[in-house]
Amino acid sequence: MADDRQRRPGLAASLSLPAVAAISLGFLVPVLWLARMSFNPVDPSGALGEGWTAHQYVELVTDSFYAELTLATFRMAATSTFFALLVGYPIALFLYRLESRWKTLLVLLAICPLLVSGVVRAYGWIVILGDAGWINSILRGAGLIDRPIRLVNNHVGVTIGLTESLLPYMTLSLLAGLGRLDRGLEEAARTLGASPLRTFLRVTLPLSLPAVVLGSTICLMLAVSAFITPRLLGGGRVFLLATEIYEQALVTLNWPLAAAIAVCMLLLFSLVLFGSGRLQRRVAE
Amino acid sequence: MTTIAIRAGIALLYAFVLAPILLVFAISFSGDNFIAFPPKSWGFRWYQALLAHEGFARGFRNSVIISSIVVGLDLVIGVPAAYAIARLRFRGRDALLAFLTAPLLLPTIVLGLAILLVFFPLRLAATYTGLVIAHMVVTLPFVVRIVATALSTLPGDVEDAAATLGASPATVFRRITLPLMLPGMIAAAALAFIISFDEVVISLFVVGPRLSTLPVELFRYVEGRTDPLVAALSTALILATISAVLIVERSVGLMRALGR
Repeated sequence: MADDRQRRPGLAASLSLPAVAAISLGFLVPVLWLARMSFNPVDPSGALGEGWTAHQYVELVTDSFYAELTLATFRMAATSTFFALLVGYPIALFLYRLESRWKTLLVLLAICPLLVSGVVRAYGWIVILGDAGWINSILRGAGLIDRPIRLVNNHVGVTIGLTESLLPYMTLSLLAGLGRLDRGLEEAARTLGASPLRTFLRVTLPLSLPAVVLGSTICLMLAVSAFITPRLLGGGRVFLLATEIYEQALVTLNWPLAAAIAVCMLLLFSLVLFGSGRLQRRVAE
Repeated sequence: MTTIAIRAGIALLYAFVLAPILLVFAISFSGDNFIAFPPKSWGFRWYQALLAHEGFARGFRNSVIISSIVVGLDLVIGVPAAYAIARLRFRGRDALLAFLTAPLLLPTIVLGLAILLVFFPLRLAATYTGLVIAHMVVTLPFVVRIVATALSTLPGDVEDAAATLGASPATVFRRITLPLMLPGMIAAAALAFIISFDEVVISLFVVGPRLSTLPVELFRYVEGRTDPLVAALSTALILATISAVLIVERSVGLMRALGR
């Protein structure tokens, strides 16, 4: 038996070696190379140069376009996270209180966008919000407008689409948080004469705050890096960090700049995580 | 009275969540040339057009080939790693699991760019090999996690008993361990297939003019124009996803598969 245990590190290593090799080749090496590429000079001709430079980062800091891009990305992420919270909280509270044999089905319906491709859902929003879409057809049919209202190819469309794509994550996080809540506390407040509204404001809401912070963190991070929704519902007219990475990497073909923007996005990521960590501690106190 | 108001409000919120999916479903049976809603006529003409569309047919074939290879390789290299993590005792086990699931922490837009930067000079861009490795990066973590979780919730007693009764390690694995982890493997395979088949952001960076996947073709089509053809394809994809999800749900339960 002792002999057997000595052989185990070797066995574990050989069993996991192929997986480690695959993740190294497809993840570790590319990420390290991305960081290196962000310091790579670009020749005047646009080809990749040799050596090291901080040029890309200087450009990111000095060109106000990128400051606006970062701000716009954060603003879009924060807005859609806020709306996701506004829609997701009532749904989660409803599902948490529901005692019915339809509960599983209703939970599944609330998170089913998770299982549908982002491209398909973006297309669905174009069908609803587009110039010839559902909403504009109804409004025009009712004689309320002469010209279609622009609801896609701008920030409105991207916000609506992002909110919907974040919702399942928000609902799931809130539902998990509410599940840990002691129902007895709510009942106690009601028995002691508090109105349903007061019970919610003084008991349920404060106790669910950790779940709110957690859900918002997840949604913020997903929204900061979202690409499909901004690209398709923004129609090339909404500029965010993710769309700029795509643009620089595949259209302008400035790889070092694309890599530097990607590094900036990861920094914004860690900032969100750091902020949420501090908030989480404040809420817990 | 308030109950009815609350129910109506909740129904409205659900309508928002489900609106794009339901509208896509309805419009796929449109007989019109444009996406006017409600359609002036109904029919299956866009489904017929879908079958005749060459780009989508090619993309579909490529996606099926790539996703199948990805699932096969994921199982072949992911299951042994999951077995080591769940059943063997060695130093660095937690670190190994963290490393193998690390790609899930990175945004796909960053991962896609990083993969392009390395695969292009290696001539892996726009090849089956490149796309398969790229898809494995985002599916292997799920396979390892699901199979390891499935294994660790199963007691090792039966395996020990079989070994005590004289079965060789190979026999124990083949007759006891493998059947025990089969449901987990089926769930992992189904989920890996869905993720790989739906993957679009990373693929956008790795595909080329000669080799493209169905989601990339769909993305490019929606970028250019929006007619009911996309709705027909989307409906077909949604139905395919639902069947795959049902397989997962039947074998382990969706919630556990998603790791929540």
